[in-house]
Amino acid sequence: MSRQGKRKTKKGIGIAFCTCVYLFLFLPILVIVVNSFNATTSKPYLTWKGFTFDWYVRLFDNGALLSSFGNTIIIAVVSTLLATMIGTLGAFGMYKYKFKGKGVIDGLLYIPVVIPEIVLGISLLSLFTNVNIPRGMLTLILAHVTFSVPFVIFNVRARLSGYDNSIEEASMDLGANRVITFFEITLPVLAPGIAGGALLAFTLSIDDVIISYFVNGQTKTYPLKVMESIKSGVAPDVNALSTLILLGTIVLVVLTQSDFLKKKKA
Amino acid sequence: MKKHQWRANTLPSLVTVGPVTLWLLFFVAVPLIYVGVMSFCSLDQYYNVTFQFTLDNYKRLFDVNYIKIYGQSVLIAFLTTIICILVAYPFSFLIARTKSKKKMILYMLVIIPFWTNSLIRIYGWKTFLGTTGWLNTALQFLHITSEPLELLFHRGTTVLGMVYCLFPFMVLPLYTAIEKLDGSLLEASADLGAKGFSTFFEVILPLTASGIFSGSIMVFIPALGYFFVADILGGGNSDVIGNLIERQFQSGNNWPLGAALSIILILITLLLVKIYQKLGGDMESLGV
Repeated sequence: MSRQGKRKTKKGIGIAFCTCVYLFLFLPILVIVVNSFNATTSKPYLTWKGFTFDWYVRLFDNGALLSSFGNTIIIAVVSTLLATMIGTLGAFGMYKYKFKGKGVIDGLLYIPVVIPEIVLGISLLSLFTNVNIPRGMLTLILAHVTFSVPFVIFNVRARLSGYDNSIEEASMDLGANRVITFFEITLPVLAPGIAGGALLAFTLSIDDVIISYFVNGQTKTYPLKVMESIKSGVAPDVNALSTLILLGTIVLVVLTQSDFLKKKKA
Repeated sequence: MKKHQWRANTLPSLVTVGPVTLWLLFFVAVPLIYVGVMSFCSLDQYYNVTFQFTLDNYKRLFDVNYIKIYGQSVLIAFLTTIICILVAYPFSFLIARTKSKKKMILYMLVIIPFWTNSLIRIYGWKTFLGTTGWLNTALQFLHITSEPLELLFHRGTTVLGMVYCLFPFMVLPLYTAIEKLDGSLLEASADLGAKGFSTFFEVILPLTASGIFSGSIMVFIPALGYFFVADILGGGNSDVIGNLIERQFQSGNNWPLGAALSIILILITLLLVKIYQKLGGDMESLGV
């Protein structure tokens, strides 16, 4: 075989391999999307009974499912805001100031990242039970902030590593105080790191199953609702909601990405 | 002078680092210490935790049935990690070094599936592999098999689900490590007469080993705890340590025993992280 021919076959094998991996990643999503159009009405909703849009309409009559989705959004927004605020402040302070016990804080930060989620879940459950905090929206938010704060800090820190201290000094020389300097100078520079951290926190919160499973009480999030329905078979309206969520996120990303590309060109 | 020190350093560091420190103490350190304490506690007749010292929970950890599950769990996590490395390495290599303009899209396509809830995607696998699922229907339609195959509820199905859930955690660090590779190094190696194989083993692999290490940590440890994958796809035939803990905190209602079982996971995590650091692994790269 000629050299060029050999290279072509190599490339072909590469493309075929990657296609298989992508198929593997998207296969269950295809199953979800197809089943959201299944006309079956009997559990466990597995036999194909024809094509229908019904479930996308009926979805809006399923109050419990919609409210679980609402809970997920509330928890994700509140916990992301909290985690981003204390995380950004913390990352900045740890970078800038000298104090004892920095190593301890660092060590504590790595725990939620590496420890199996179930361990954090049962620990928080035990704590909340012991100090009598009723399980619900509040405990879910507390737990979600706990597992997302380290990711915010790491992202902001990555941004801080290239940070030029002299711009702060310049600001203070020009008469701005420490607080104004932080908000007007430091924050805008750190913005991409903060945004990256917040996005990660939001994604983690929305998809969390294991930790929420232990601390939820009667407040159901969307993943917990799915977990409940799995025992009797996931109904097509749950699939319909998942399909809509996926579509929503893809549209969002395409919009932000294309915006990003435009700015890059300009 | 003292006053200046307070205003210049102490006060701002308290304001900035204080909140996150308190948060981590209250919601990470205290709960974990409490679990440690609870693992030495007893139950009263109403299944409430009482602070009466006992080693019973630890003795029960050596139950033969439990030991089998630890072994099985480690085996599942190990297989998951190996498969993830073998698939994710060439895959990440191809998408990280492509000259195509679509590189960013290829990368995003790995992330997008993970915006759909992981439970429902695992259920998607269950639907696909079930006796009336797509795969069995297709196999029978093509007359490859005459009867539906029992594809679910094996150890292998659980491994498949774990690989599926954890695959991106292997791809992301590998992608980062491979993208950083300097193309001129590879050319230099080739110029000096190295064949493809020796370039790979002597140049590429050592330079990307950090990605393999952090990916392995991010895959192996969660695989010990993902009880829902073993529940949905393994159907009770391939429990992991996470299932044992979950049961004690839910239906079993023996929290001290569950706490002692969690200590096993904590110890495994500590051990692996120590090894990771010995190998020169950077803790920060586990988080981004």
